[in-house]
This record gives sequence, C-alpha cells and structure tokens, in this order.
Amino acid sequence: MIGYLVRRVLHALVTILVAVALVFIAVRAIPGNPLLARFGQHPDADEIARLRAENGWDRPVLVQLGQFLWQVGTTGDLGRSLARTNVNVTDELRKRIPATVELTLAALVLAIPLGIAAGIVAAVWRNRWPDRLGMFLALAGVSVPIFFLAICLREVVTFLPTSQRLPLTMSLEPLTGLLLVDSLLRGRPDVFVAAVRHLLLPAVVLATIPMSVVARITRSSLVDMLASDFIRTARAKGASLWRVVLRHALPTAAVPITNIAGLQIGLLLSGAVLTETVFDWPGLGRYLASAIIGDRDYVAIQACAIVIAVLFASLNLVLDLVYVWLDPRIRLQ
Amino acid sequence: MDTTANSDADSRPPASRSWQRFRRSPSAWIGGGIVAVFVVIAWLAPWITPYSIRQTSSADRIAEPPSREHLLGTDQLGKDVLTRVMYGSRLSLLAGVISISLAIALGTPIGAVAGYFGGRVDSLLMRGIDVALAFPSVLIALLVAASLGASWWAVVIAVGLINVPVFARQVRATVLTVAQLDHVLASRAFGATWWHIVWRQILPSLTSPLTVLASLSLGTAILEVAGLSFLGLGGDLTVAEWGAMLTIAKTYWSSNVWLALGPGLAISLSVLGFNLLGDALRDALDPRSDASLL
Repeated sequence: MIGYLVRRVLHALVTILVAVALVFIAVRAIPGNPLLARFGQHPDADEIARLRAENGWDRPVLVQLGQFLWQVGTTGDLGRSLARTNVNVTDELRKRIPATVELTLAALVLAIPLGIAAGIVAAVWRNRWPDRLGMFLALAGVSVPIFFLAICLREVVTFLPTSQRLPLTMSLEPLTGLLLVDSLLRGRPDVFVAAVRHLLLPAVVLATIPMSVVARITRSSLVDMLASDFIRTARAKGASLWRVVLRHALPTAAVPITNIAGLQIGLLLSGAVLTETVFDWPGLGRYLASAIIGDRDYVAIQACAIVIAVLFASLNLVLDLVYVWLDPRIRLQ
Repeated sequence: MDTTANSDADSRPPASRSWQRFRRSPSAWIGGGIVAVFVVIAWLAPWITPYSIRQTSSADRIAEPPSREHLLGTDQLGKDVLTRVMYGSRLSLLAGVISISLAIALGTPIGAVAGYFGGRVDSLLMRGIDVALAFPSVLIALLVAASLGASWWAVVIAVGLINVPVFARQVRATVLTVAQLDHVLASRAFGATWWHIVWRQILPSLTSPLTVLASLSLGTAILEVAGLSFLGLGGDLTVAEWGAMLTIAKTYWSSNVWLALGPGLAISLSVLGFNLLGDALRDALDPRSDASLL
C-alpha cells in the first residue's frame, strides 16, 4: 500500500511539472506583447526593454522556467500581474480559488446524489416511463450548452440574484474563503442565506452535465448488476427489491460510478469558465479566461495553470485512493 | 434491449443484425432525422432562408421580438435571426466535422502505434495521453486558440486537439484486442509486415468503434466550438455563428431576450441529434452495451 501511494504521488508530481512547463512555454508563444497594453498609444522602447530585463524575459525560456519553479518552490510567490500593475497574483488567486471551489463543490453536491438517485430509478423501472423520462432529461442535460441554459435561467428565475457571490451591501471577513462555511463560523445567518441565494443558479447550471453523466452511468452499471446471478440469489432468498438495489447492487456499481464522477472534475472546470462568465462569479475560471483572452497576462496565466494542475493532480490522487478502497484488486495491477 | 432471447436462433450475419437493431431504434430515427434536417439546412441555406444574409430591415425594426415576418425576431442590426441561425448551421457543422477529422487523423496513428507495438512506446505515449486527459481541456483549448489568434480556425483546431486523446485511447484499446485475434496472428505467422497487418487487418476493424465515437464527439465538438466562441475566441462577432450570436445576445440582453433563443435552441437540438444518433449506433454495433435511451 505504501509503495502504491509513493508511486501515485510521484506520478502526480511529474504530471504537474509537465503541465506547468507546457503552459509556461505555450503562453510565451501567444502573439502580442502584454507590456504594450500598459503604455497605451505611445510605447517607450527603452522602458519596455527595461521591464523585459526586469521580468527576465530576455533569457532563454528554459532558464526562465527554472527560475520560476525555484521561486514558486522556495517562496510560494507566483509573481506580479502584468495587466494590473502591482497586484500580486498569489493574493488575487487566494481570493478567487475559494469562490471556484465553493461553486464546484456545490455543483457536485447537487449532481452526484441526484444523478445516482435518477440512475437508480431508471434502472429499477427499466424501459418504463420513469426510465425514459429520466434518460431523456439526462441526454438533454449533456446537449444543451450550459451558457444557454444559464442565460435562460437568468431570465426565468427572476427572484434569485444572478451575479457575484454576495450583495454589494454585505461583506464578511474571510476565514476559509468559502462563504457558506465562514458565515456559519462567524454566526452570520443573514450572510449565509444571501450566499446560498447567490450560489443557487450558478451551481444548478454547472451541475447539469455531471448530473446527467452520473445518472446514465449509474443506470447502465445497475442494469448490468441487476441481471447478475448474485442479485437473483439475494432476491430468491427473500431480500426486498430496495434492499437488493441499495445494499447489494449499488456498492458493486460504485467503482464505475466513481470512475466517471472523477472524469467529471475536468469538465467541471471547463464548465466553471463559462458559468462564471455568465454569472459574473469572481472565481478562477473567469480570471483565467480574461487573462488569456483579454490581457495576455503571462504571469496570471501560468499561476492559474499551476493552481489548476495541483488541484487536478491532487483530486485524481484522492480518487485513485478511493478506487483502491472500493476495490482492492486495482492496487495489484 | 433483449438480445439473449433471439441470439441463438439468429443465423444472419452480424452486420445485418446490427442494421436491423439500428432501424428499430427510435433514437436512430429521431437523431438521424434531426441531423439530416440540419445538414439539409446547411447545404441549401442560400436558397431556403426567408431573407438574404446581408439584408437588414429598416431602422425601426431593430431587435424585434418574433413576429410573422421574422419568426425568431431581428437582431441588433435589424437582420432576421432565423436566417442567421440557418446560415450558422453551416459553420457549426463544418467546425464539428473538421475538428473531429483532425482528432481522428492525429489520434488514430498514436493509438495504433501504442496498441500495436506495446511495451515502452505504449507506456510513453499513454503517459502523455493520460496527462492530456487529466488536464482540464478548457485550459488547453484557451491556450491553443489564444496562441493562434482569435479566429474560427483557431477554435476549430483547439477543439480538434483536445479530442485527440479520446480517439487515441479508443484506437489503442481496439488494436490491443484485434491484434490478438486468430486471423491476425496467422498472417503474422505467414510473415506479413507490420504495415500490412495494421493497414489491411487492424484498421478495418476500427470502423465501427470510430463511427460511434465520432458521432458522439461531433455533438461535444459543436458544444465546445460554441463555448469557445461564446468566450470571444472566435474573433469576428458579426459572423453568423451560433456561439458568437449568443455572445451578442448576452450584450443586448436587456433590450431583447429573444436573440438568444434561436442560436441556443439550434445548438441544443443539433447536439441532441448527434448524441441520439451516436447512442443508437453504439447499441446497434455493440449489442452487449445497454444504453438505449428512448
């Protein structure tokens, strides 16, 4: 087990390093000089050369990469934003990561239980109307673009706020950055309610795709399980339908479900970029999109890439450990 | 779908059984119908749209809600939204087809080489594919599209590239099984070159898994293209492209909510069509899978 863990951690570290190196090189290939934006219509060549030297951009890319990794590794400093002068990217990310984490977790908390429930219902009433309805909705869920869904919901659900995390009149000194947690810790139920109201629409929108995918995979793995001999035996011995589904079939189907749920994390981030853009959610996704599309802010982009790579690699690591816990045979392969 | 009951008695060749399963499935009819309608619209757009793509209405008919003359209303320049949505199907279908072709063209050789040669080559290639799959595709797509400069082609290439790992994995998995089949082993024993084996014996068996995957991925690709151009990576926002039209709709939201309806529904319907078709194809070609949806 220890050996397996060490191998997995090393694998995750290599993945992070490769990903960061690729992004580091790729941002430098994006056409356009991010410094030009600072000078407006009259760029000063000497000043630009001085800034280039200051940022170390006159050195070979691999040297820059080495220096950057050293700086991050030793001090945790991700550098200063190019687009907004004198904003430290680390501080900026510290504010934005919790917003995205809160949104993503809320989406998962909605998607996984509801998806599994829908999948169970569909499998039990297979080929009858609950199944057809559920699976049609699941198919629609992966077909409707989430930004279109977001635009529609904004229009239809007028009683919920559609931008930011809190009303402008309200603020809370952050502890963890997760508003739902902080407001409870600080004993502010009014903030908690406001935060939930702001979170609801974006979370529902972001949850549609994972919910649909989880529902489909739950249904198909359960259908396989319910046809197998041990289930027939359990039924024959008098176990009730629901006991068989929940205690016998579902745990066996847990491995493929976890597997698919894990793959959704990658999609969630893609979804977060779009969801955050439509709902003005001050998170990582919108920051990344505007850094790439708007400002070509190298420093911000590579910082986001590191954060995303670390988040991803660690989540995948956790999931791998969950598989092993669910199915000890995997470890031996 | 009940396959166990009649499989013993059925002596027809598998291809004909697959075709029969496909024809009986409602998903195939609905999905195929939707896709066919979009293909026809895209093909005949210049002849069947109610207005010319260039034509603008008079100044007092800007950003109108749907009416008898303009079934989906008019946009901020007074152009007919239905006309633009119909023209948009050209760009969107083309974007889907080109990007998936790119993904197949790059993914197939990678997967085939990894699966056929195995060993170190395989583990190196698959390690790379795993890193690519583990990384959020939006970051890759944003970077690729941004480094090529915002344009329709940049978006198409970006979407093609993020789909390469999906195809490479599928091809590798198929090659791994096929390479162990008796007829392949036999021709290897007769001294066939690896090129002959891959080209003449393994690639033909890839047709059905790749058809299923391509149909399902076409839907995703259309969604991804629309998403990237919604974010502004498609460049020109005046082009009749569904994602770009939704960006405009977001800007003119307060004056006209109807602007989003046409392009949004068009994306949803076309993607639904490809998904239904892909599911029906998978059920027909792989009878063990049970994923019938309708």
